[in-house]
Amino acid sequence: MPDRELRFRVFRHNPFDPESTPRMVQFQLTETPRMTLFTALTRIREELEPSLQFDIVCRAAVCGSCAILVNGKPRLACRTRIETLPNDITLMPLPFFKLVADLSVDTGQWFRDMGTRVQSWINAREPFDPNAEEARMSNETAAEIYELDRCIECGCCVAACGAAQMNPEYLGAAGMLRIARFLADPRDGRPEAAVFDVVSTEEGIFGCIGLAACEDYCPKDLPLTSRLAYLRRKTALLALRKSSQVEESTVADGYA
Amino acid sequence: MTVRSDLLVIGAGLAGERVAIEAASRGSDVILLSLVPPRRSHSAAAQGGMQAALANMAAGADDSPDVHFVDTVKGSDWGCDQDVARLFTDSAPAAVRETAYWGVPWSRVVPGRREMPDGIWVEESEEKAGLIAARAFGGTQSWRACFASDGTGHSLMYALDNEVLRLGIAVHDRTEAVSLIQDGERCHGALIRDLRTGELRPYLARATVIATGGHGRIYGHSTNGVINDGSGMALALNTGVVPLGNMESVQFHPTGVVPGDILVSEACRGDGGYLLDASGHRFMPDYEPEKKELASRDVVSRCMMRHIRQGFGVESPYGSHLWLDLRHLGKDHIERNLQEVATITRDFLGINAVTELIPVRPTQHYSMGGIRTSIKGEAYGLEGLFAAGEAACWDLHGFNRLGGNSVAETIVAGKIVGASVAEYLESDDSPVRQNAITKLAHESIKQTEARIVKLRNGGSEHALVLRQRVAEVLTEKVGIFRTGSELDEAVMELSELLDRSTRLGLRSSGRGANPELADALRLPGIIRLAITIAQGAQMRTESRGSHYREDYPHRDDVNWLKRTLATWPEAGEGPSVTYEPVRITDLPPGDRGYGEGSKETEGALSDA
Repeated sequence: MPDRELRFRVFRHNPFDPESTPRMVQFQLTETPRMTLFTALTRIREELEPSLQFDIVCRAAVCGSCAILVNGKPRLACRTRIETLPNDITLMPLPFFKLVADLSVDTGQWFRDMGTRVQSWINAREPFDPNAEEARMSNETAAEIYELDRCIECGCCVAACGAAQMNPEYLGAAGMLRIARFLADPRDGRPEAAVFDVVSTEEGIFGCIGLAACEDYCPKDLPLTSRLAYLRRKTALLALRKSSQVEESTVADGYA
Repeated sequence: MTVRSDLLVIGAGLAGERVAIEAASRGSDVILLSLVPPRRSHSAAAQGGMQAALANMAAGADDSPDVHFVDTVKGSDWGCDQDVARLFTDSAPAAVRETAYWGVPWSRVVPGRREMPDGIWVEESEEKAGLIAARAFGGTQSWRACFASDGTGHSLMYALDNEVLRLGIAVHDRTEAVSLIQDGERCHGALIRDLRTGELRPYLARATVIATGGHGRIYGHSTNGVINDGSGMALALNTGVVPLGNMESVQFHPTGVVPGDILVSEACRGDGGYLLDASGHRFMPDYEPEKKELASRDVVSRCMMRHIRQGFGVESPYGSHLWLDLRHLGKDHIERNLQEVATITRDFLGINAVTELIPVRPTQHYSMGGIRTSIKGEAYGLEGLFAAGEAACWDLHGFNRLGGNSVAETIVAGKIVGASVAEYLESDDSPVRQNAITKLAHESIKQTEARIVKLRNGGSEHALVLRQRVAEVLTEKVGIFRTGSELDEAVMELSELLDRSTRLGLRSSGRGANPELADALRLPGIIRLAITIAQGAQMRTESRGSHYREDYPHRDDVNWLKRTLATWPEAGEGPSVTYEPVRITDLPPGDRGYGEGSKETEGALSDA
């Protein structure tokens, strides 16, 4: 459908500029073959509005920079083909995240904070020994971890999530997936209690209200709902075990 | 507001983060600066692998750091520093194991027999089951490229940034270094522009590391991310005293997709993919009977361009291209080990790699040149300045880098340079001349503020227009095939563009974190970088690795076994070029075993 006249309505606001107010601005472009939203935004900035801010790095859907709301839905700009969109295209920054300016939001800071909250690192049991052979692992286990490690921190799952919009502390599907990634990793030695403390809260797995939009909008097709379900079961089991331990110790205390 | 630390690392990709982790683990107080959140760095886009001689595979059972060393030196066309190559290949195995310890889900050895696409059977041993696996890459004698599916860079980037989180290293993202704060002898940090607010802030540090990656974007058509425009190399060049090494050494990767220039990994050919021409003929064995698709990247890229020049390319609205054929690898293999490739071709080309051919063409990919450093990562010319990764010319790669050696370099050099910076910080007892440094910082702010005022008041030239022309000149005249007359023209036209860049103006207000202002501030440095590349290529009257002169088609070890060093003297109109000898220790110049001038190709590659 090249040659279409495209009308972009784009959100603009710079919170660091005292004179700026939030507004929608219209831009027109003629469609070209194989145009993506990334090439369209680049042309708007180059030809029409050089001050327009948006984020892009890899243009190949691997870095997670360019998620925006396209006609109300979170998507990566780089891999959104214009031919799949109508003539009128409304672009908004992702909700939930702090606005940097225009279409740019601070997903980076949010994900760093999430990473710290869920301890997104290997809690190693032993120090690294540079002279030792690597610890063995089956290729199936490696592939399973890789599958859960593919998140690109674009923020689409959180932006699409009803629970997150009501609860700014919610760790989101991305946070839950990260925990599942370390649970699947035999190299990680975190105690189960530590997992339980993070997961079994309103900010964790019990914040999820089951709308499953996270998986619908994940550009990497990650198994978010199945991992959320897995964590829910795991947490329930841990809770059961914990309560039976509590009962046992109460009983023991009673006899002491 | 001035920010202070022991160590300032500019760039938070794999190299920068590995430096920061090493220095912080040794007790240094570190701040990491990044244009973008660290995990968005272009390192995350690396797909195929990391070379380290673990010798876990049957087709690499005899592998060792020695063999890796020989491959690397031959790959570099004897342009690399052999002490560096030795240190690197010896250090790589422990470095890759350490990343496994940090959580990288490296693919693992599966014992048993399997048939390769070319009909050869391989049998992985029971004894090696579960150790880190490796795949074949170009220009190597062994299967040595360790991989995590085809998201190696992503998995490494996430594992390293997880360590940065664990160690609590300060990361200041959305910041751009505008200039180095230095007095001609010593570097004291950098002036930073905050990309949220537009504020200018000095970051003062006793040591500064530049790890900003490559310059691909200045070529326009490049596999690099849009933030990779060599700004860290330009920071060093703009000091007037720090030389860049071998900037004419630029790699073109055989398989950028057409259109879009997105890379599909060398793992495609490593795992058995073919290159086909318009008639469906697999042409690489005609040129390289021995290595076929797995000669080094410079050689394969030139073969492809020769084949296109001879009229065997596929015509398209985006210019001539060739085909990459993965179909015979099968659905299972593609979906498991080349998952990212399949996604890229599906999402960006609408092509199913399991059943269809992929349009590819050699595309700018990597800079072997960069900020010249010692084996410990110290930049020449300024004390307290270091560099690592693609931004540096450590000189592991000489005139052609092997696939899988760049990811490996970021991790290995990052560790080595991080340790050397920490050592420097411990041993450095020179008096801190606080007043003088504060004055330098103040001057650097005033200088940049004056530039910004001038840009806002507006000249007639626009950064975007000049930048597009820079890209065209580099692509057309400083590309895969080079000639003296075209390089002369390139230097001349780029110099004119540099002159025009003194009259830049803005179309927008230029207030706050304005992206047009960022482009305008960066442009003169980028043009100087482009001139340095073209000038180095113009002066090097031989062909070596990726630097191929049609008017000087042979390697000339008598006159050119040396490294180009280019500084840009203050108020100078062009680079000042000198040379230094290349360190040859164990392996004297000889036959690469592939490419022009090799016995193996027996004249299949004409020098015409």
